[in-house]
Amino acid sequence: MSLAKVPRETLANALGADRVAAELAAAGHDVIRTGSLGLCWAEPLIEIDGIAYGPVKNLAHLDAARIGPTDEIPALARQHRLVFDRCGRANPFDYDAAPIRAHLAREPADILAEIEASGLRGRGGAGFPAHIKWRTVHDTPSDRKYVVVNADEGDSGTFADRLIMEGDPFRLIEGMLIAGRAIGADTGVVYLRSEYPLAAEIFSEAIVAARGLGLLDTFDIELFVGAGAYICGEETSLLESLEGKRGEIRVKPPVPAIAGLFGRPTLVHNVITLAAVPAILEHGGAAYAELGVGRSTGTMTFQLAGNVERGGLIELPFGVPLRELIEDWGGGTRTGRSVGAVQVGGPLGAYLAGEQLDTPMTYEALAAIGAGVGHGGVVVFDDTVDLVRQAHYAFAFCAHESCGKCTPCRIGAVRGKETVEALIASERPEVELAMIADLCDVMEQASLCQMGGMTPIPVRSALGLPPGGS
Amino acid sequence: MRIADKDYGTPPSGATEHVTLTVDGAPVRVPAGTSIMRAAIEAGIPVPKLCATDNLAAFGSCRLCLVEVEGRRGLHASCTEPVAAGMAVRTQNETIAKVRRGVMELYISDHPLDCLTCSANGDCELQDMAGAVGLRDVRYTGGADHLDVPADASNPYFTFDPSKCIVCSRCVRACDEVQGTFALTIDGRGFDASVKTGAEDFFSSECVSCGACVQACPTATLMEKSVIDHGVPDRVVKTTCAYCGVGCSFKAEIKGDQVVRMTPDKDGKANHGHSCVKGRFAWGYAQHRERILEPMIRDRITDPWRTVSWEEAITHAADRLAAIQAEHGVGSIGGITSSRCTNEEVWVVQKMVRAAFHNNNVDTCARVCHSPTGYGLKTTFGTSAGTQHFDSVDHADTILVIGANPTEGHPVFASRMKQRLREDSPGRPPAQLIVVDPRRIDLVRSPHVEADWHLPLQPGTNVPLMNAFAHVAVTEGLIDEAFARERCDIESFQEWLEFAAGEEHSPAAVAEVTGVPAEDIRAAARAYATAPNAAIYYGLGVTEHSQGSTMVMAMANLAMATGNIGRLGVGVNPLRGQNNVQGACDMGSFPHELPGYRWITDEATRATFEQAWDAPIDPEPGFRIPNMLDAACAGRFKGIYIQGEDIAQSDPNTQHVEAALGAMECVIVQDLFLNETAKFAHVFFPGTSFLEKDGTFTNAERRINRVRPVMPPKTGMAEWETTQALTRALGYPMEYGSAHEIMDEIASLTPTFAGVSFDLLDRVGSVQWPCNATAPEGTPIMHREEFVRGKGLFVLTEYQPTEEKANRKYPLLLTTGRILTQYNVGAQTRRTDNVEWLDEDRLEVHPADAELRGIRTDDWVSVTSRMGEITLRAEVTERVAPGVVYTTFHHPSTGTNVVTTNLSDWATNCPEYKVTAVEIRPANHRSPWQEEFHSRTTEQIDLLPAG
Repeated sequence: MSLAKVPRETLANALGADRVAAELAAAGHDVIRTGSLGLCWAEPLIEIDGIAYGPVKNLAHLDAARIGPTDEIPALARQHRLVFDRCGRANPFDYDAAPIRAHLAREPADILAEIEASGLRGRGGAGFPAHIKWRTVHDTPSDRKYVVVNADEGDSGTFADRLIMEGDPFRLIEGMLIAGRAIGADTGVVYLRSEYPLAAEIFSEAIVAARGLGLLDTFDIELFVGAGAYICGEETSLLESLEGKRGEIRVKPPVPAIAGLFGRPTLVHNVITLAAVPAILEHGGAAYAELGVGRSTGTMTFQLAGNVERGGLIELPFGVPLRELIEDWGGGTRTGRSVGAVQVGGPLGAYLAGEQLDTPMTYEALAAIGAGVGHGGVVVFDDTVDLVRQAHYAFAFCAHESCGKCTPCRIGAVRGKETVEALIASERPEVELAMIADLCDVMEQASLCQMGGMTPIPVRSALGLPPGGS
Repeated sequence: MRIADKDYGTPPSGATEHVTLTVDGAPVRVPAGTSIMRAAIEAGIPVPKLCATDNLAAFGSCRLCLVEVEGRRGLHASCTEPVAAGMAVRTQNETIAKVRRGVMELYISDHPLDCLTCSANGDCELQDMAGAVGLRDVRYTGGADHLDVPADASNPYFTFDPSKCIVCSRCVRACDEVQGTFALTIDGRGFDASVKTGAEDFFSSECVSCGACVQACPTATLMEKSVIDHGVPDRVVKTTCAYCGVGCSFKAEIKGDQVVRMTPDKDGKANHGHSCVKGRFAWGYAQHRERILEPMIRDRITDPWRTVSWEEAITHAADRLAAIQAEHGVGSIGGITSSRCTNEEVWVVQKMVRAAFHNNNVDTCARVCHSPTGYGLKTTFGTSAGTQHFDSVDHADTILVIGANPTEGHPVFASRMKQRLREDSPGRPPAQLIVVDPRRIDLVRSPHVEADWHLPLQPGTNVPLMNAFAHVAVTEGLIDEAFARERCDIESFQEWLEFAAGEEHSPAAVAEVTGVPAEDIRAAARAYATAPNAAIYYGLGVTEHSQGSTMVMAMANLAMATGNIGRLGVGVNPLRGQNNVQGACDMGSFPHELPGYRWITDEATRATFEQAWDAPIDPEPGFRIPNMLDAACAGRFKGIYIQGEDIAQSDPNTQHVEAALGAMECVIVQDLFLNETAKFAHVFFPGTSFLEKDGTFTNAERRINRVRPVMPPKTGMAEWETTQALTRALGYPMEYGSAHEIMDEIASLTPTFAGVSFDLLDRVGSVQWPCNATAPEGTPIMHREEFVRGKGLFVLTEYQPTEEKANRKYPLLLTTGRILTQYNVGAQTRRTDNVEWLDEDRLEVHPADAELRGIRTDDWVSVTSRMGEITLRAEVTERVAPGVVYTTFHHPSTGTNVVTTNLSDWATNCPEYKVTAVEIRPANHRSPWQEEFHSRTTEQIDLLPAG
């Protein structure tokens, strides 16, 4: 009897994984459902007795889809997986709790020291040093504290949060437990976007399983499903939404680490930030910090999408050049044309092209060219891309997703969209371009949050306007 | 001229530590935690702003207030950024100017350009800011906008025009943070974000028309209809609201001699800039066409009224009173003062009774509301008044509300209390709330406020419930022995301990009497007794019982025994019904007390007044109102001067009151309107509205507030002048030249008022008595070091059930109260657009009782008691418990008090309005009394002079 592994994951399921699993079972295989290995181009990617096949739509042409021994797939073997080390390898519910119990036996001060040594920075987009948040929450006196996980993964072309929550939900639970222990919280809440029903299902099962293992006796975890607003991925809107209010930006200060959920000190982190924590404790903060470049320490879970031959999740230490991700890991564009533009870091990220593609993927190097790592999303366009349309899209996206609280974003995004429309039809484009340049300055400098504040980044880069920062 | 207050943008910090920073190079020193915006504005440096206003938490949405901070990247919203020591702030430079203009350009790209015809023209913050940032051009044209969104004029007092809205959320935040009703929200996202009520329009929404949103709106989006009609006001007179006992300070905003609007005064110490629908909007009665402005007389009440000169009216009245006294004796006439009149007006009436009537037959409408408060608190603490100021509630940890419905009766204080109930931070968890009331009043559960315990007791069982609280505190060792031993009378304390420990007061025993589960009583009592600061707030649900005084003392006992007296956050606090109940009582309008609650039988006190007034004072106490009425029916009491009270509607057992009035030979009524009592009157003196009065009101927290005339008396005479003229006509010389001279006399003869003068009030705004040499600016909290009587006295509070009992014939208990939009007998509020909310009294019936009798909502039902019968419409609701029915008494045509009884408080004769055994049944006609009422009303209106 052979052992067959089939992903239980949204993309693989959409491509027929459930059917393949049923066929395998009918054919007499012992089928276990795993997470995804993140090689999206090969989904459904199944493994039979250590050999990977993909894409497998049905068992009829299995041999044609043979990739080879899973451990030897170059696209996997060459990655440096710390967050995703377990993901896709086994049934996540076949779980060994011994390591996390050992981590939780450590003293808060000890954990805080490891996090500081690791140089871990937030993976949600802002890249803020994690240890400062942890220490702030730890040091702020309160009757109760919270760990809140931002799983409202809304950036175009990103899926790392979903992959881990579907494929290795205990990784996140472990990270939350360690954080809770370190900062003195007794409640964790995961704010999950509503578009991830399978992640909700699997993560809920994991919470039940963790409770069964006694892991949640002193720190309980609750799953909260959002209502489809991109802005609720911004941490203060997320907290408002968790409190049952309208998803609208809260002013800072005070920062959530001092007054967050229900006015209590709250550690808000992206899924991947917390999912990196178990590895830091396992290998030591110093070892983690040796990975990457400069202040961009550890690994980043890049997500390659758009017009690319081999999209998927690529976990590598910071510093890999963007071009290497696209050409080497991604195999160039799917249409076979040359790369026209790459948007890095979600819909508010810059459109990069030409020699900018040689930029190493670090917080610092990207910032230097007016771009950002964001959540690690990389969306590829070929040379047919119409960048004026992309500028229009940037304003349209902002107009659609703005919470409506601050004026630059609420009205500015609409005026920007209208002005790009006028630009397209204009006989004197310099008039509209000047208006857009002014508007970008206003939105960048005056918006309440990064939604409006960063919309000028894709706009300016798409239209060839000089970056802001005046 | 602009009359808006200076707005500092964000609330004051309250921190004691100060920091120094520089703003545009100038050093500024402010409390830590102050916003940069406030620091700048305090230093006289303006900062553009639209979403910021200093009674709301900083919000940071308009982005006009951006400033630069040296050493920090980018621009910072000065409203949300706190100051720091050594910070260097720049409020103006080219970058800032450009960004502000850019933001303003966006605003104006979605705003109608109709400034010249806009109702806010000249009083619009958006207009001001466009000027301040130097906007010269709007380049965006032809884009999406909201200019076609229709206006909502459903509210009688203000309009909502979304086409002018800048979505600053000030209205939403004012509704949430200040008023606590949560009626408004921002609906939609991004450009679609807009203010909505959650209902079809404002009128059908949960909005309570407090006006906070209108006050907060920086544009003409939310605008008073009176401003739309009359234009922007050009001058201001600060005065005091004439409705409930909260005593809100207002700015009467005037154009010419026309009041354009009333806006709450930020500096008002009772209301801190907040208001309710009555004070804010329901002042139009002062100009109502039914107001009578000239004196009238008639010989018999069936005669037509004759309009006469003041001189003739006063001579006529004096002659008749003198003739009655000549024929029936000195004690055959008396007077009733009004809690709606000023201290000065009340003072002269009681003085007239004592010095010119030569008796003590003076009483006040407090007789029928808070007289047990006076008796109970004087007996236990030594002073007939509440112990705290309103702000004290901010410091309470457990709040016990008994027999009061603050969200309806004292809405501005209720909002304050609800702020404390919503507050929740690591250092300050929300206060716990215990509501003792037969009904599920709004405080029991409303948005973001929920009582921890609601004890829905049977009407008439307050005393056993409070005794059970005492029992729990005593038997569970929750007493503050140290406080009681140091501050209270030991002997009485010991006796009380023994009394309270009695098994008959155990929650289990009391549960049977009150109908409240024993475990709820126990838990609530523990919450009160163990709180660091526990405060009691109560209303007429405590006093208007046959054991009203007992209950007041039971609460006072509990507060003393648990040490909840004499500091912030604690106390025993009556919520006074009318604007000047406290003052009318302070001014000596009692048959047994001279001003300052001093016994008439006390020779020294009498001598003081006799010397000051140069008149002998009768040492015998006079008649209370019920005694006057009984004596009138018996033919021994023949003449009465009634100032601003409508006893024919407000006092219990209406038919008895009517009989008494009908038996008198000279009934003099001074009022704005031909009220129910005036239908039995022989002389009518037209009264003045609060907009015409000069004087003071004293609110429920003993706060003496100035009432300043907005216009001269429409009647040609101030009310104190009328009283003075009548007094002189009766032969006693009274020579005040102005209201402030009366206050000077009050101060000279009343120790607790010794330091009060109009000058002081004009200087400091208001003071709480005692105000004297030791407390020159008043006393917010009483009994701090020792009780006014020395040692606090415990009084045993044995339960004596009322004689008014439900039985087979009258199986239900009727209790009465009031609603937000109407006030007392409704003489004022019924003559405003407040009637759009409810223009009738309705009977609340529990579904079980309704079903048994086949009654549905809106059905007409008759209510029959041992006293009489009325008919009104039913409202079937679970707000009342089974076996209890409830109504209000705002409408004379209902005649609610036709059914209430003659029973009253054993100590003070305060009527037992809150318990009447009744039966109800479906009805299809008016009651006989109502038929008579309608024919009398028609007759009496016909007797008025034409025009």
